[in-house]
Amino acid sequence: MWMIELPPFMPFYIGALFVLLTRSKLRGVIMMAIPIASAVHLGMIPEGIHLQFSLFDYQLIPYRVDKLSLMFGYVFHLAALIGIIYSLHLRDTMQQVAAMMYVGSGLGAVFAGDLLTLFIFWELLAITSVFLIWARRTQRSYVTGMRYLIIQVLSGVILLAGTLFYFTENNTLEFGYIGLDSVSGWLIFIAFGIKCAFPMVHNWLTDAYSEATVTGTVFLSAFTTKVAVYALARAYPGTELLVYIGAAMTCFPIFFAVIENDLRRVLAYSLINQLGFMVVGIGIGTALAINGAVAHAFNDVIFKGLLFMSMGAVLHMTGRIHGSELGGLYKTMPKTTILCIVGAASISAFPLFSGFVSKSMIMSAALAEGFDWIWLMLLFASAGVFHHAGIKIPYFAFFAHDSGIRANDPPKNMLLAMAIAASLCIAIGIYPQGLYALLPYETTYNPYDTTHVLAQTQLLFYSALAFVWLNLKGMYPPELRSTNLDFDWLYRRAFPRALQTMFTIIWQNDRRLRQEFKLKLTMCLTYIAAKNNRLSSLLSRNYPSGSMAMWVAVVLATYLFLSFIQ
Amino acid sequence: MIAHLPVLQVIVPLMAAPICLILKRAQLAWLFSLLVSSLTLLISILLLQQVMTSGVVSYELGGWQAPWGIEYRIDKLNAFLLLIISAISTIVLFAAQTSIEKEIDKNKHTLFYVLYLLSLTGMLGIVATGDAFNVFVFLEIASLSTYALIAMGEDRRALWASYQYLVMGTIGATFILIGVGLMYQMTGTLNMQDLSQRLPEVAQTRTVFTAFAFVIVGVCLKLALFPLHHWLPNAYAYAPSIVTAFFAATATKVAMYLLIRLTFSVFGLSFSFTTIPLQTLFMALGLFGIFVASTSAIYQNNIKHLFAYSSIAQIGYMIVGFSISTVTGLTATLLHVFNHALMKCAIFLALAAVVYRLGDVQLNNFHGLGRQMPLTMAAIVVGGLSLIGMPLTVGFVSKWYLLTALLEQGWWPVAVLILFAAILAVIYVWRIIEVAYFKEPLVNQAAVKEAPMLFLVPIWALTIANIYFGIDTRLSVQVAQAAAQSLFGVTP
Repeated sequence: MWMIELPPFMPFYIGALFVLLTRSKLRGVIMMAIPIASAVHLGMIPEGIHLQFSLFDYQLIPYRVDKLSLMFGYVFHLAALIGIIYSLHLRDTMQQVAAMMYVGSGLGAVFAGDLLTLFIFWELLAITSVFLIWARRTQRSYVTGMRYLIIQVLSGVILLAGTLFYFTENNTLEFGYIGLDSVSGWLIFIAFGIKCAFPMVHNWLTDAYSEATVTGTVFLSAFTTKVAVYALARAYPGTELLVYIGAAMTCFPIFFAVIENDLRRVLAYSLINQLGFMVVGIGIGTALAINGAVAHAFNDVIFKGLLFMSMGAVLHMTGRIHGSELGGLYKTMPKTTILCIVGAASISAFPLFSGFVSKSMIMSAALAEGFDWIWLMLLFASAGVFHHAGIKIPYFAFFAHDSGIRANDPPKNMLLAMAIAASLCIAIGIYPQGLYALLPYETTYNPYDTTHVLAQTQLLFYSALAFVWLNLKGMYPPELRSTNLDFDWLYRRAFPRALQTMFTIIWQNDRRLRQEFKLKLTMCLTYIAAKNNRLSSLLSRNYPSGSMAMWVAVVLATYLFLSFIQ
Repeated sequence: MIAHLPVLQVIVPLMAAPICLILKRAQLAWLFSLLVSSLTLLISILLLQQVMTSGVVSYELGGWQAPWGIEYRIDKLNAFLLLIISAISTIVLFAAQTSIEKEIDKNKHTLFYVLYLLSLTGMLGIVATGDAFNVFVFLEIASLSTYALIAMGEDRRALWASYQYLVMGTIGATFILIGVGLMYQMTGTLNMQDLSQRLPEVAQTRTVFTAFAFVIVGVCLKLALFPLHHWLPNAYAYAPSIVTAFFAATATKVAMYLLIRLTFSVFGLSFSFTTIPLQTLFMALGLFGIFVASTSAIYQNNIKHLFAYSSIAQIGYMIVGFSISTVTGLTATLLHVFNHALMKCAIFLALAAVVYRLGDVQLNNFHGLGRQMPLTMAAIVVGGLSLIGMPLTVGFVSKWYLLTALLEQGWWPVAVLILFAAILAVIYVWRIIEVAYFKEPLVNQAAVKEAPMLFLVPIWALTIANIYFGIDTRLSVQVAQAAAQSLFGVTP
């Protein structure tokens, strides 16, 4: 039974080693074989703790399986397989090794049964994934990668601090419900929040995902944020604060996404928007809501992956990704167009597509728990998603005005990966019970009742109408090459500038003070040195034996005196 | 054989000394002494093992029963000291022949080893014996050979330093003898174990007070406790370098041992620390010693003088630990005995190497030595950092325990003073570093090379031990703690 004891991250780490040692064809075969083998292995594993040992005073559980982690384990394997197929054409050892390590770290994190193990994989996720950004090998991607790494490592450090606090408070490291009623709870919450792209700390995501390599972004979009969602779902279900954070996350990216020109950045914003839905689900915390959040995470990995893949294909074939430079590609890239539309339909939650079956669960849960306003915000966000991800992405890339680019469909492996993802989107949309069976809680939920289908369809059509109308009237924000200011302007421009001014002032004052101090010190030392000549001759002169003997007598006398006066 | 280990520890070097005289050839005598010293080291290791596993080892000399005959009594405390002394002696001997070639007349080389082995015998004997008068005998053996060894120094002032030490040492020994005599008068016994049982009956008499005072002052003189330290700097500075390395690491440690043995085992804790104001007195003298000696060290231009003063300051640390009179305090003192032996021996051996190359150790001649003798200077720097108490060196470990002991008692003003004293150590160590590393080499010393291997091996063995025992403190702390606990009668 040793196989069971092999935690799922191991095959990927070992695989990464093989990838390092093999070339071309063989490497491709190994890379595809590993997620398949590992998934089969995972399918046989019963729930429970499979690995446990103690380190110093800490009880570590590096491998724990339950329904929640299994669900993420499955989708990570799926995403890994799709991503690997998508990147089969690559001849870039660094990127492929990093991708394997990254997948392994993601799996390690979701199967971690204690906070210390979680922390280790949390940091490994950051370190391995940054290579997927640097693999672009441009100055810009290097700088972006550094920013990304700093924020991710910061999250890890906060997590570690929280973990240590948690250990002193509860004397255990087991990773279960944590809640917000202690310092450790808040620290860990912030750490998870950074990785989950909470508002104001979301910039690493839009920044990095649009700068990573074509294939890198596909991997990135699947793991980091989903690990954070998993962690939140385990540690903070039913935390009401999450409902409001999540609602904000669903709404604010829409505005940025609509005016953004870089289509992968648009997708990054829509990813935050989708994360918002999951966070709301976790925040509501009922069985239905958690199910919805987890199911949505599952679907999001697939359809967001599909969208990133299709945009990646465009970038790969044309070398461009800005909406203002693209258009009319449907003529020469018909297959990509269709697959992209499937993804767009899924993210927009069209009935019969995967997004619908999970998003409606969260919406129903919100309504059932009386979060009416939240429900309205989610509704608005759904419309917004359709707007920027469902229509804008395919429209500006493949239709709109003809840019004159005549690029062909991408290589077969890319198409195959997209096709797998697309068929999954549709399959889940048509037969959601398959997905529901895997969820952490039992559910008899049926998304296809009249109200749901009607409401969603209405929403989508009105949204589409708005888009068409705005476009016809020329009121739709045009695709322009521009830099949109987001929250990161604060820490990338304003804060450094303020810091610089502050330091200049400090340095000036510091120099003046130091000069003053040096002057005083010299005067002081000169004075002491003059006194010292006497002292030094006193201390280092030789004493005659007689004086020494006298000292002995003095000490003895003192001593006797002291003992006799007792 | 095993049963005779305690006496072999002392007898082997004692018998070997005259054999050296017969061997005549210096080279042979050196190898022979090295062999003998290694043998004592082996014996001391076996003894320590035996004591740690099965407790106190008692040996009756000539088969005479304990209170009448002379008893050698090895417990954890003196087994620890025996190990330090024999180990240091062996390491120092490695470099001895090379060093004395430059510093001592050729025809005195054999005599050097005779004296060396005799002083080793004396020190081992003081530590091993359980008889108060026997202590005096071995003290004289050690002292007399030491006076002669110091007088061998090539500087004419060595004679003067040796003479001063002779006068002071004799006063000290006489005091101890007077003390022992008074104790014998009161109790009729010389066996320490027996004394400790009989003394409490007569504890409240002036004779015992006087006996205690004489013994303690005599030992403090040997210990070079401030203000009885004036003989030490010159003796260290003008003795042959190799002798300095040996004595700096062992002689004061033996005196420290005697002090602990007499106060804790013979007179007993309650007598030493409650009837008599030993605690305040020693605390004050220790602190004064630390500050005065460290400040003096800053003004020295002879590096041997400098480190000699530093030794006096380090004795101050040991005395402070001792005066706390708790298990932790005594542990700190014993640790510092061990650690200080490691650092001072490394430093003085390195200085011996410098003397071998340069001819003297005036600070002015150290210009650029960091580049010319990089390994030797690096050893001095590590030793110096250890004196300061840098983490990852042994100096840190003992200082840490000392501070812990002080804070346990809530004596934080003393703790602050101890920390402050480290700054003085930084200053005197920095003076050497500055000259050796940041000044250009002198023109007339352009040909100076790194020290020969016979120096470097023992120097670096000690330097590495300095770092090793600063990180892995299991051996030193365990033994020191066990010894301290057994002195307090605490069963671990």
